[in-house]
Amino acid sequence: MLERLRHLLAIEPLSAEQISFLLDQAKPFQQIQRHPLKKLATLRGKSVVLAFFEASTRTRISFGTAAARLGADTMALQAESSSLKKGESLMDTAQTLEAMKPDCIVIRHAASGAAQFVSERVGVPVINAGDGLHEHPTQALLDALTIRDRRGSLDGLAITILGDILHSRVARSNIHLLSKFGAAITLCGPAMWLPAELERLAPGVRRSFRVEEALEGAEVVMALRVQQERLNEPALPPDEYVRLYQLTEARLSGARPGALVLHPGPMIRGFEIEPAVADGAQSCVLEQVTNGLAVRMALLFLLIGGAGGPEDLAHAGD
Amino acid sequence: MLVIRKGRVIDPASKTDAAMDVLIDGERIAALGAEARAADAEIVDATGWIVAPGFIDLHCHLREPGDEASETIETGTRAAACGGFAAVCPMPNTRPVNDNASMTRAIVERAAAAGRVRVWPIGAVSAGSGGEGLAEIAGMKEAGIVAVSDDGHPVATAKLLRQAMEYCRPLGLPVIDHCEEPSLFAGAVMREGLPSTRLGLAGMPAAAESIAVSRDVQIAGLTGGRLHIAHLSSRASLELVREAKKRGWAVTCEVTPHHFTLTDEEVGYDSRYKVNPPLASPEDRDALVDGLADGSVDAIATDHAPHERAKKDVEFDRAAFGMTGFETALGLALERLYHPGRISLIRLVELFTTGPAGVLGIGRRIAPGEAADLTLFSLHHQWTFRSKHSASRSRNTPFDGRSFRGGPVMTIVGGRIVYRR
Repeated sequence: MLERLRHLLAIEPLSAEQISFLLDQAKPFQQIQRHPLKKLATLRGKSVVLAFFEASTRTRISFGTAAARLGADTMALQAESSSLKKGESLMDTAQTLEAMKPDCIVIRHAASGAAQFVSERVGVPVINAGDGLHEHPTQALLDALTIRDRRGSLDGLAITILGDILHSRVARSNIHLLSKFGAAITLCGPAMWLPAELERLAPGVRRSFRVEEALEGAEVVMALRVQQERLNEPALPPDEYVRLYQLTEARLSGARPGALVLHPGPMIRGFEIEPAVADGAQSCVLEQVTNGLAVRMALLFLLIGGAGGPEDLAHAGD
Repeated sequence: MLVIRKGRVIDPASKTDAAMDVLIDGERIAALGAEARAADAEIVDATGWIVAPGFIDLHCHLREPGDEASETIETGTRAAACGGFAAVCPMPNTRPVNDNASMTRAIVERAAAAGRVRVWPIGAVSAGSGGEGLAEIAGMKEAGIVAVSDDGHPVATAKLLRQAMEYCRPLGLPVIDHCEEPSLFAGAVMREGLPSTRLGLAGMPAAAESIAVSRDVQIAGLTGGRLHIAHLSSRASLELVREAKKRGWAVTCEVTPHHFTLTDEEVGYDSRYKVNPPLASPEDRDALVDGLADGSVDAIATDHAPHERAKKDVEFDRAAFGMTGFETALGLALERLYHPGRISLIRLVELFTTGPAGVLGIGRRIAPGEAADLTLFSLHHQWTFRSKHSASRSRNTPFDGRSFRGGPVMTIVGGRIVYRR
């Protein structure tokens, strides 16, 4: 089933079974994060290219750490120094990267479809670390792992996603993933970032333009980062966003008691989220980061195919 | 002398649909009839074939001068001949832009030397298609242009369009506009809708086109000039054209084979589907077919837009707009319009001949004394289009590998057979 998954380009084409399998595979790697010695030799001798054509700190470090903890070497390509700036086409860059004979390419790129583009032109597994406005599949997997751990299951979840949904690849991946498990998904944000088409993206999606209504009955609330540049085309005063959509303690109290708060980061305290909520007991933000490592280790392990089964890995850190 | 024997002659101008011979003497048609033959003539047996006036393509890009890596007048007109076109109208967005008489003359001369079919250039509306002052339109008219357009972009302002239409009226030239409201288009790479939302690609709403069409038809009403809407792609735009026609304004429009065939649901991240205007929703695509059937659409035009590989084999966002179109146009028209019974054979021929000719203000018919431009096609032979065998220099078409029922079998320009299947 999943052994045949050659790349991870998007959540949309995956089945619920494949997703559950992936999350199960992440379990032993979650345990490894708690060991004093976290480094395995599973992918020793393997190399992973981290091709980040778009500025990223968290995701790049997460993938880099995941690879390192599996014993793999990484080769990093960063936006600032990339030859793309010098006019080289993605096609040429992809071929150059492939010529370095890596065992996997992790790519982040500002163009939607870039990961698929590269996957069609190289002979190694490709992991999409975020492509334009399209998808950010590992983020959705780590979110799902976090929710599943806290709640016991993903089935029939009531989730509210707040923010600029139209321009969010995190939202798209999460919508596709959670919908496959029968979630009731409420999207909430300024109306121009919430086109009607979103309701047809996956089953169980509805829109709401009032945050109080959107949060009613939510078991999970996901606040998205609002990119400042989006506020300027056309101009939406930041205070307007804060007034209508900021996730505050008062608003969160309208959700189900103990509702989980997720944020994909980077977070701007005081803008899309009130500091008290970001740091509160319901916040899962740091767990998300740790789970990101586990999910990415599991994926690298599966796609590159290291020595030994995942069961062995659970003990490897002992 | 050349005799086209026993073909089924379809001539929309005279409403002829009859089996007869066509006798060609030199560059002109000499006679028509049951036994229009001459003793020493070369004979083409057209039994089972349709004999139509030479097809005209109102909208194409031959890329010469400036982008010969993608196409030249020679390769482009060779592809046009394979598609059954006897005359093609290249848009002026070459490098440099065709905005003056000497450029037009250079294109005409190059076409006379290397062109396989007739080349009727379209000149720019504004100097350099820059949207400011008018181009040397009268000079270009003398040199051979048949229309003006700033294609690739809309005529920049309502005022410029008004001036161009007033100026072109006594010159007898139509103004062809690529309709697009720039602020709504901004950054779009496909049509806005569920597919663009799903793919995370910037979409252009259908209204970006129809808002511009609305401006344009009102300027047509204001000036009484001839306006032709290029590559119309939405129901809303079509309704505006219908309304303008009802008012008696001189407004015409064309639809491309890809817009009446494909939709935004097929785009994916395959840059061969990236065209401007973008492929529409299924509802709009069906409305275009209705317009082709009911007479609201005047012509089928290919918008043949060749691009060398390097311009297409990039991220979808960065890929050039356009697909090639000459060789698949008739096959698609048969598949989408004729075979399903949406249009009659005579209407099909009209859309490729008298329709586009009418936009240019000329006639197109099969009659003694007329130029011997003929397109012979079959309704039934099975064939598969292979872009690697295309006569065009470029390969950017999603129709590679598509099988067709019927298509061009012979193209005759000025009495000369320029394509034979």
